[in-house]
Amino acid sequence: MATTIAVTAPVRAGSNGMLIATAVMAIVLALAPFVGIYPVFVMKALCFALFACAFNLLLGFGGLLSFGHSMFLGTAGYVCAYAAKSWGLTPEIAIVLGTLASAALGAVVGALAIRRQGIYFAMITLAVAQMMYFIYLQAPFTHGEDGIQAVPRGRLFGLIDLANPYAMYYTVLAIFLLAFLFIYRIIHSPFGQVLKAIRENEPRAISLGYDADRYKLIAFVLSATLAGLAGATKAIVFQLASLTDVHWTMSGEVVLMTLLGGMGTIFGPVVGAFVIIALESYLARFGEWVTVITGTIFVVCVLAFRRGIVGELSAWWSRTRS
Amino acid sequence: MQALFGQLLIGLINGAFYAMLSLGLAVIFGLLNIINFTHGAQYMMGAFIAWFLLNHVHIGEWQLGYWSALLIAPIVVGAVGVVIERTMLSRLYKLDHLYGLLLTFGLALVIQGLFRHEFGSSGMPYQMPSQLQGGLNLGFMFLPIYRAWVIIASLIVCLSTWYVIERTKLGSYLRAATENPALVQAFGINVPRMITLTFGFGVGLAALAGVMAAPIYQVNPLMGADLIIVVFAVVVIGGMGSIMGSILTGFGLGVVEGLTKYFYPEASNTVIFVVMVIVLMFRPAGLFGRER
Repeated sequence: MATTIAVTAPVRAGSNGMLIATAVMAIVLALAPFVGIYPVFVMKALCFALFACAFNLLLGFGGLLSFGHSMFLGTAGYVCAYAAKSWGLTPEIAIVLGTLASAALGAVVGALAIRRQGIYFAMITLAVAQMMYFIYLQAPFTHGEDGIQAVPRGRLFGLIDLANPYAMYYTVLAIFLLAFLFIYRIIHSPFGQVLKAIRENEPRAISLGYDADRYKLIAFVLSATLAGLAGATKAIVFQLASLTDVHWTMSGEVVLMTLLGGMGTIFGPVVGAFVIIALESYLARFGEWVTVITGTIFVVCVLAFRRGIVGELSAWWSRTRS
Repeated sequence: MQALFGQLLIGLINGAFYAMLSLGLAVIFGLLNIINFTHGAQYMMGAFIAWFLLNHVHIGEWQLGYWSALLIAPIVVGAVGVVIERTMLSRLYKLDHLYGLLLTFGLALVIQGLFRHEFGSSGMPYQMPSQLQGGLNLGFMFLPIYRAWVIIASLIVCLSTWYVIERTKLGSYLRAATENPALVQAFGINVPRMITLTFGFGVGLAALAGVMAAPIYQVNPLMGADLIIVVFAVVVIGGMGSIMGSILTGFGLGVVEGLTKYFYPEASNTVIFVVMVIVLMFRPAGLFGRER
């Protein structure tokens, strides 16, 4: 399936350009709080950027459109918040527990969803996510509509007080950059290459002896795990785990970020997440127009702008160079 | 016992809506190969048109009410669907099917956002037509006439759709175009127009369901948003291969949901999704589906 979804810009493994771009991104983000950019905004955008990168790993490189990724963001958020608040664990252990919970959920849902392909895959993930939403709505430990509030940020490794905004900021940045490099590494590993081969032509990959279902499942679990890491980190940063993170609108949002930034590109989801989060905080006072504008961006991207921001830029770049 | 029959009735009503909506999705999917995410929004638009006709449109002394809405809403919403298909969806047929899903998802957000901006998110009541008020006492339960009407009317709509597609010449063209559009076009049948009209018809079916739902549920901008996800699960359970399969699965799951509400109400929101998971484990293609 999914030959046309491969709007991938050519990504050369280990190219210097990628490393330089990553270094520039890291430096810009590290300096951001000192040039007057609101750190909470950047932290929020970083959590979503990680979420979108995790999603892009599945869609952009595995060709699998999950419409239920909110369940991994939300599950990790709830588990992390509960561990930090009710069990009083340190933030790093809470985040690890939350991430592992999403990994486990990803293994179960993935095993189920890869039994069908394409559109069915999207519908199944959406339906399972909706089921999780209702479970979290009714389960007592999530406190229903209120969510788990006032989650303590705690001391990282029992030493660094994350109530300090700078300590929190650089912790989030470190988590994001490590996960980003990890995803970069996955994509350029032999595993990533096989995944792309399956995306391009599944029967051929199978005939070459690759167990396509196993690769897809591993990709799904990796994506769920990293989405969970984003959700758990977000719960610590905002000291809140709520139903918003498990709702289907959140699944739609991560699709939008990836699509707008450029699916199948390394930096696309990051750019998309920053643009969408900036747009949302700017438009927050216009109420319902946020939904309308988000929907319009979706339509425009699908009709006219399928490569996304980063995809278009790199296409333009390779045109001017040749 | 009263309560059990009451829940069964509610289950059948919900099932009627699942059946009509999943039928529309299946017909559209068969020919266009896209999943119409806007279906829930179009169902909502049907209900709003009915509400608008009842409360704001008078022609002289005569008031346009429920009965005219049953005709007007599907036509209006179907026409909007035709425009959407011609101007946007038709550009995507050569691409991966997922783009159709993404496009219709975006459209659903736009439509629901506009309606919420205009009407707020609280529900608006819809006066039941006078001819269908009241109820019958069947001895073991009380049967509101309107609910009986919804079940019968939706059965008639579903079965006639099945008849047209499976037993008439027009339907045979449609089925042939589902199998091999290029060949059917070579025989001189205008397949693109057929695709457009099929989309309009499927969408009109959603609007008709919306009109019928207006007196039962509150008319509100998000009434279709969560419903469509349940309908997706219904479609996965039934498999989209067969029209009759969609109808049976729709009604059947409505009843299952009603029974769950009676025996174990906590699970009533999730039971359809649980059924989906079980069906996927044992019959991935769905109860009536075939792998394609």
